[in-house]
Amino acid sequence: MKYASQSVARPYFVAAIALFVAQILFGLIMGLQYVVGDFLFPEIPFNVARMVHTNALIVWLLMAFMGAAYYLVPEEAERELFAPWLATLMFWIFLIAAGLTVAGYLLVPYAGLAKLTANELLPTMGREFLEQPTITKLGIVVVALAFLFNIGMTILKGRKTVVNLVMLIGLTGLAVFFLFAFYNPTNLVLDKYYWWWVVHLWVEGVWELILGSMLAFVLIKTTGVDREVIEKWLYVIIAMTLITGIIGTGHHYYWIGTPEYWQWWGSIFSAMEPIPFFMMTVYAFNMVNRRRRNHPNKAAVLWALGTAVMAFLGAGVWGFLHTLSPINFYTHGTQITAAHGHLAFYGAYVLISLTMISYAMPLMNGREANSERSQVLEMWSFWLMTVSMVFITLFLTAAGILQVYLQRFSDAPLQFMLAQDKIALFYWLREITGLVFLAGLVLYIVAFFVAAKDAKEPAAAVPATA
Amino acid sequence: MSQVFTKSMARNIFYGGSVFFFLLFLALTFDTTKALPARDQSHLLDPTTELGQKIAHGKSLWEANNCIGCHTLLGEGAYFAPELGNVYVRFGKNKEAIKAFIQSRPAEGIPGRRSMPQFNFSGEELDAIAEFLKYSSEINTAGWPPNQQG
Repeated sequence: MKYASQSVARPYFVAAIALFVAQILFGLIMGLQYVVGDFLFPEIPFNVARMVHTNALIVWLLMAFMGAAYYLVPEEAERELFAPWLATLMFWIFLIAAGLTVAGYLLVPYAGLAKLTANELLPTMGREFLEQPTITKLGIVVVALAFLFNIGMTILKGRKTVVNLVMLIGLTGLAVFFLFAFYNPTNLVLDKYYWWWVVHLWVEGVWELILGSMLAFVLIKTTGVDREVIEKWLYVIIAMTLITGIIGTGHHYYWIGTPEYWQWWGSIFSAMEPIPFFMMTVYAFNMVNRRRRNHPNKAAVLWALGTAVMAFLGAGVWGFLHTLSPINFYTHGTQITAAHGHLAFYGAYVLISLTMISYAMPLMNGREANSERSQVLEMWSFWLMTVSMVFITLFLTAAGILQVYLQRFSDAPLQFMLAQDKIALFYWLREITGLVFLAGLVLYIVAFFVAAKDAKEPAAAVPATA
Repeated sequence: MSQVFTKSMARNIFYGGSVFFFLLFLALTFDTTKALPARDQSHLLDPTTELGQKIAHGKSLWEANNCIGCHTLLGEGAYFAPELGNVYVRFGKNKEAIKAFIQSRPAEGIPGRRSMPQFNFSGEELDAIAEFLKYSSEINTAGWPPNQQG
């Protein structure tokens, strides 16, 4: 760590991991509710568990992105953060707002929460992923603006690098497109049309810029490859991301009341969306193969390569699987969508966040890398979580194919719940695999404590730097 | 990549490509907005009419009770419970059947099975929800879903 103010990232990373744990626990609750329908009913109905699951994911990824920005922007800009106190203040505001929101989900019926937070003044609640009370959304805007101001000023007064600029463009886009969360017309088609300006233009647009910037930073640091080379790749990858991804939004406009020509625009452009992810895989492996140094933090390099591969599989391949409109006609809104969602979020955004945390945490703790055995634990957690997520995806894909056949394709289509009963086996398999994922996550956290212990008593472990 | 392809070329492709395709996206959005009135049943939504107010009320109840947390609506939402964009058609174009179903959910659930919570809606609220679901089913969705089961 070169600048003291980079350490404001630490609480963001810690909170991110804590929320990650909450996300997985509620994921397991939902997974069980899929097969034991009355589990925790009516205390925690499925929709509540799902809100906590998805909202915890979104918030912890945002926490990780912010932490990553606070860490990498000063180092790239070669100066201290403009206002470290502001970053710390915003952390607490964000954490308290997130905590209160989750408490609201769990303690009050959702309709009661809507009334309590005066949703009728500016109704924004009750839409997928945007379930937060309007007041929470306003809080997110405040935090995002203060955050952008802070890192924007740091970059303005410091060295401007491609990594910094791309991060700033991505984060600005994130804040700008979030504003569409406040537009909620009665017209369902318009509501859905602009809802995607938040959801799609985030995850298949500006978030990929943030991902690209974080990956480039870690690759520059761990491989020692010339910055010029990495930055050129970064530009090409994010160019392809936006060239394909913006019109690729059209793959959400097939069946929501929008004109049929979107089936052409959406199919053609989103079929090209895997290209930037494939390039990312090629580039990450290339850079690691051409490395000029062997960075002692091998775990961070593993997470980085994992990101490149799994993002391509989850976002690229599993996205392509159902993106062409004639196929999507049958798969739209089934377990196929869920399968893709899981592997894409894990492969792209969970893994890049863990990459950054893995790289930066030891440095913030005053060492270049953690002890060998801590890294071994971390790598075990990588494999456990990654392999189990691949299997979760495969089981959901199998469930989805059967669901499509039974409910939509066969000569005698079954009712939704009858089809669900027939595919319950795959939901059980998914749930069991989810427990393996949890084991991987527990191991991941254990690795931090082992690292801290080994740093205190270096005699007990062989340091990785030796 | 070879030196023929420089970083500034890559940068120009990024900025040029992004701006071009975003403008194209805006143009398509403009065209879609013009085409929508023939497809989206927006003539029903006039807030000065009783029907328009009912649908708006129904949508706000849909949102305030987080229905999307279990169901899909035009294929978007959660995959835990049936698609509701065509529930009006599936229930034989019968609003009373929709209302009766919502009303009849047991408060304590059904042992071992998924069950919709009991929301204790008033008659007026049930009416608004049914009207909103009827409106949703009449949007021109390019022939989706493939069959009545949603």
